[in-house]
Amino acid sequence: MEGNWPLLSLLIWLPIIGGCIVAALGSQRAAQSRLLALIVSGLTFVLSLDLFTAFKRDTAQMQFVENQPWIENFNINYFLGVDGFSVPLILLTTFFGVLVVLSAWESIRNRVNQYMAAFLIMEGLMVGVFSALDGFLFYVFFEAMLIPMFLVIGMWGGPRRVYATIKFFLYTFLGSVFMLIGLIYLYVQSGSWSIMDWHAYPLTLNVQTWLFLGFLAAFSVKIPMWPVHTWLPDAHVEAPTGGSVILAAIMLKIGGYGFIRFSLPITPDASMTLDWLIILLSLIAVVYIGFVALVQQDMKKLIAYSSISHMGFVTLGLFIAFAIFQHGPDTKGAALGIEGAMVQMVSHGFISGALFLCVGVLYDRMHSRMIHDYGGVANTMPWFAMFAVFFFMANAGLPGTSGFVGEFMVILAAFQANFWYAFLAAITLILGAAYSLWLVKRVIFGEVDNKEVAELQDINWREALILGVLAVAVLLVGLWPAPLVDLMHSSVAELLVHINQSKLPVAGAAAAGL
Amino acid sequence: MELQTTLLLIPLLPLAAAAIAGLLRKQVGRSGAHWVAILGVGAAFFLSAWVLYQQIYLDLDTVNYTVYTWMVSDGIHFEVGFLVDHLTSLMMCVVTFVSLMVHIYTIGYMAEDPGYQRFFSYIALFTFSMLMLVMANNFMQLFFGWEAVGLVSYLLIGFWFNRESAIFANLKAFLVNRVGDFGFLLGIAAVLYATGSLNYAEVFAQAPEIVGRTISIIPGMDWQLITVICVCLFIGAMGKSAQAPLHVWLPDSMEGPTPISALIHAATMVTAGIFMVARMSPLFEYSDAALSFVMLIGVFTALAMGLIGIVQNDIKRVIAYSTLSQLGYMTVALGVSAYSAAIFHLMTHAFFKALLFLGAGSVIIALHHQQDMRYMGGLRKQMPITWLTAWIGTLALVGFPFFSGFFSKDAIIEAVAESTRFGSSVAYWGVVLGVLVTSFYSFRLLYLVFHKQARYEVDHHAGNHPPDGVLEHEPHESPAVVTIPLILLAIPSVLIGYFTIQPVLFGPWLSDAIMVLPQNDVMAELAQHFHGATAMAMHAPSTLPFWLMIAGFVLATLIYYIRPSMASALQKKLPQLHRILFNKYYWDEFNQLVFVRGTVNLGQQLWQKIDAGFIDGLLVNGSAKAVGAAAQRLRTLQSGYLFQYAFAMIIGLIALLAIWVVLA
Repeated sequence: MEGNWPLLSLLIWLPIIGGCIVAALGSQRAAQSRLLALIVSGLTFVLSLDLFTAFKRDTAQMQFVENQPWIENFNINYFLGVDGFSVPLILLTTFFGVLVVLSAWESIRNRVNQYMAAFLIMEGLMVGVFSALDGFLFYVFFEAMLIPMFLVIGMWGGPRRVYATIKFFLYTFLGSVFMLIGLIYLYVQSGSWSIMDWHAYPLTLNVQTWLFLGFLAAFSVKIPMWPVHTWLPDAHVEAPTGGSVILAAIMLKIGGYGFIRFSLPITPDASMTLDWLIILLSLIAVVYIGFVALVQQDMKKLIAYSSISHMGFVTLGLFIAFAIFQHGPDTKGAALGIEGAMVQMVSHGFISGALFLCVGVLYDRMHSRMIHDYGGVANTMPWFAMFAVFFFMANAGLPGTSGFVGEFMVILAAFQANFWYAFLAAITLILGAAYSLWLVKRVIFGEVDNKEVAELQDINWREALILGVLAVAVLLVGLWPAPLVDLMHSSVAELLVHINQSKLPVAGAAAAGL
Repeated sequence: MELQTTLLLIPLLPLAAAAIAGLLRKQVGRSGAHWVAILGVGAAFFLSAWVLYQQIYLDLDTVNYTVYTWMVSDGIHFEVGFLVDHLTSLMMCVVTFVSLMVHIYTIGYMAEDPGYQRFFSYIALFTFSMLMLVMANNFMQLFFGWEAVGLVSYLLIGFWFNRESAIFANLKAFLVNRVGDFGFLLGIAAVLYATGSLNYAEVFAQAPEIVGRTISIIPGMDWQLITVICVCLFIGAMGKSAQAPLHVWLPDSMEGPTPISALIHAATMVTAGIFMVARMSPLFEYSDAALSFVMLIGVFTALAMGLIGIVQNDIKRVIAYSTLSQLGYMTVALGVSAYSAAIFHLMTHAFFKALLFLGAGSVIIALHHQQDMRYMGGLRKQMPITWLTAWIGTLALVGFPFFSGFFSKDAIIEAVAESTRFGSSVAYWGVVLGVLVTSFYSFRLLYLVFHKQARYEVDHHAGNHPPDGVLEHEPHESPAVVTIPLILLAIPSVLIGYFTIQPVLFGPWLSDAIMVLPQNDVMAELAQHFHGATAMAMHAPSTLPFWLMIAGFVLATLIYYIRPSMASALQKKLPQLHRILFNKYYWDEFNQLVFVRGTVNLGQQLWQKIDAGFIDGLLVNGSAKAVGAAAQRLRTLQSGYLFQYAFAMIIGLIALLAIWVVLA
């Protein structure tokens, strides 16, 4: 139970320390590195299940809290805790921690120990991002996790990896600089680094707007939103399979999580006045990026654009609440939108992760990501074809898969705010199916028309296990999302109450004066 | 057995069969796969029939309950649950019966196919999905079933995934259906917006309160909310039930194996839209505008698609256009509030159209996958059972008195005649003329396939892939697994109309499911003139549709039986008309040009011009270059890529701090 032992610290430091040990094994001991990495990530995942079982659903309070002074001169604390928003994302992280280790079992041959170490350390840092409640600590994790990712792309990446890493670096670092300024400002004003204190701290609309834009700069790049999305396709294309999987499945979610943890509760009034901007950018992401995805020739690029389009539903779902509030007393749909955004994040983690793994399976065999190099794969790899069709259908939002749940919720919520929001968002039904299934047609179906495809070997038990586990996850959330959304009800309700109240100090003072 | 257990088993048995046949294909083998699928679907049929029997003879009440709660969010209950009233159990019986026939037939039809187990897995999965659709008690599950049948349809059209035409057709089918689903999903969202619930019973109870509420979609124009809901929902039906302009996928879907053309693309899945509108009658009844729209779409489809059927040469395509046309009839019936007539026609059509398709399949295997009627003829002698059952199916389709199709089609025509809704006079002439067209193309098909001389040669040395018109072996009647389903489907094609018209159309059968406002109730008008099925059939020769049907028969006999040279002469006389019909009004070409190419071009433009050109080219790389250039002037010591970016950041930071200071 919580309180007895520092579960969150364990989940952060176990993989980080484990990663350091794996790195220390030296590049000669590949087999031991793999095994140790699997044990560490497996153990972390098993431990993290305690978060799911012991988490109290009926409160919005932070749970599993750890709070120790860290840098006392600046009132910085080692402050950890989780609520209904962080728990699903931490579980997603530890779940994928195991899968990336397994996925690299055979395909990574050089410097295995360093590869495994990078992913383990990254896992710990990402858990840190999702559980940090101290603004400074959050920022440290937020920036630190980029380093192993740069190394993964830079060392095991494709031919244009230098361009991709620098672009990635330019975008994300530039974005987070603006956030850092915002965080420092908040500390200077409030005297505290506690995110919880910041939630309650009143701010004028002008200040809120600047802070909102600062957070937006950081999180819109991460998630990513149009028009700051162009780093993502390049990063995905150059990254090795595991890098793409973590990037798509977990790192993008940090953007969505940031909006929930920072933008919405700290700057609710600015969010209310600027909701149109986010909604507009989200709808552009859904529709425009859908068209762009359609014409991609590189499978990884196509999935990358598809990710951007799907993440549009996250930002739309989060900010639709404000559009509903502005309509009047009936707030129906607000919670649906935010919970839909959360479900979409988890679901996109499973699906995009699975899709990048599918491309990885093909890439390991043919060393090409180009659609036109394939065709008729179903003839030689029937089991793989089954998984691939399933995951692309899930990507197209087929009911019964997790891909449907979040989109359905957000579209229903969007209709409560405005017919056209729902109309534009629902276009994904057509575009998502078009780019997903057109790819399936060209890669999986058709005649075998070249020798390399004719010689393909179907997936082995290890690949089948990874894809099978993900397929079960996708089906489970699709057929019974209740356990997932039940985790977040209390936190969402609390967040909605919070963001529907103005934080403007003027109004507060005036009310007090009367 | 507990009723709820029975109801749960009905969809789950086919699902289990699908999983076993598909995932354990090696372990169960070919016969294992077909046995498990037939047992699963057969059991579902008998349990469905048992439920129907209980409802009719044991006064079983409507069942409406939640199986499990999918999710609760924002106070809205998303559930999986069953609503089983007469409408549902009727659909369940039709679906499982036709499915069972198709399962048996498949043993013969797919005997030599390497994907045998996969095929059984898919059709069992289809049966599960279709049952979930018709048994739903809420909109979310309806949408689940709706998309799931679409998925299986996609997989089955592309069953032979090595054929370019098949994988083109299945992609097209899925995407066109998705256009419909787009509207459908908006309709569901509008229902939630209007009522706060997705449960049928709760939504229908609130329907009268929606009347009068408006929604502003285009600023300054207020639309009736109920009309918006109904039109959006109907767009979904237009996709699934292939109504113009979303009909284009159905003829191409014939690329799939013939058993699924019978099951999915004639008897069951394509009627899901009809079923859905009938189910939603408590909503549609309140919007005359939406119903007029439904009616006009239906009559256009009924007539325009029937005309195309006249000139097609592919046997399956003729039947496919016939299906489109008959779906149009059902849609017209919905549009005049004759929901029960639509469901009645749906039922009779399921039997006789499945029969016709399976008969066509029987011919196709006999001719070694030749589908072009120009290379058929005279098969009457070699294939007597197929020939006879095809005649029965045809007589039912054209509405010959006493055959099942007569009762259902005549009821629709009469209902349209009674209607006073906007557009009903146009609709009336459309459906009446449609009888002539139906009769003509149906008898044309019979003559071309079964009568006159054979237009193929038999050459025993022709090899496996002979040219058109050459067969390696003499055609012969299909095996019993093929002919028995034909006979079993022929029986209801003859009888079911006669015996069920009274309870289905004029009795209390569907009244628990279908709601009709008194002022719209055309079926009540009809009931006053109805004096039993026999009298109705005897009265036929004094009605216009009967003589139009005869006229179609006479024309077809004249052109394709007595004077076959007339066909090509007519074609030469009217080249324009023939070309337009033969090319299906150039509808596909238009879609290809405008929607497919337009979409891809737009994607290219957005990607090349905005993503790569503007954002990356100008903003990202451009700012990097600009900073680089500035840096060149500012310092001469180092020049590193990374340094430039770091420099850019510092500049940015300083600029931002400067702004901060100025503002503060």
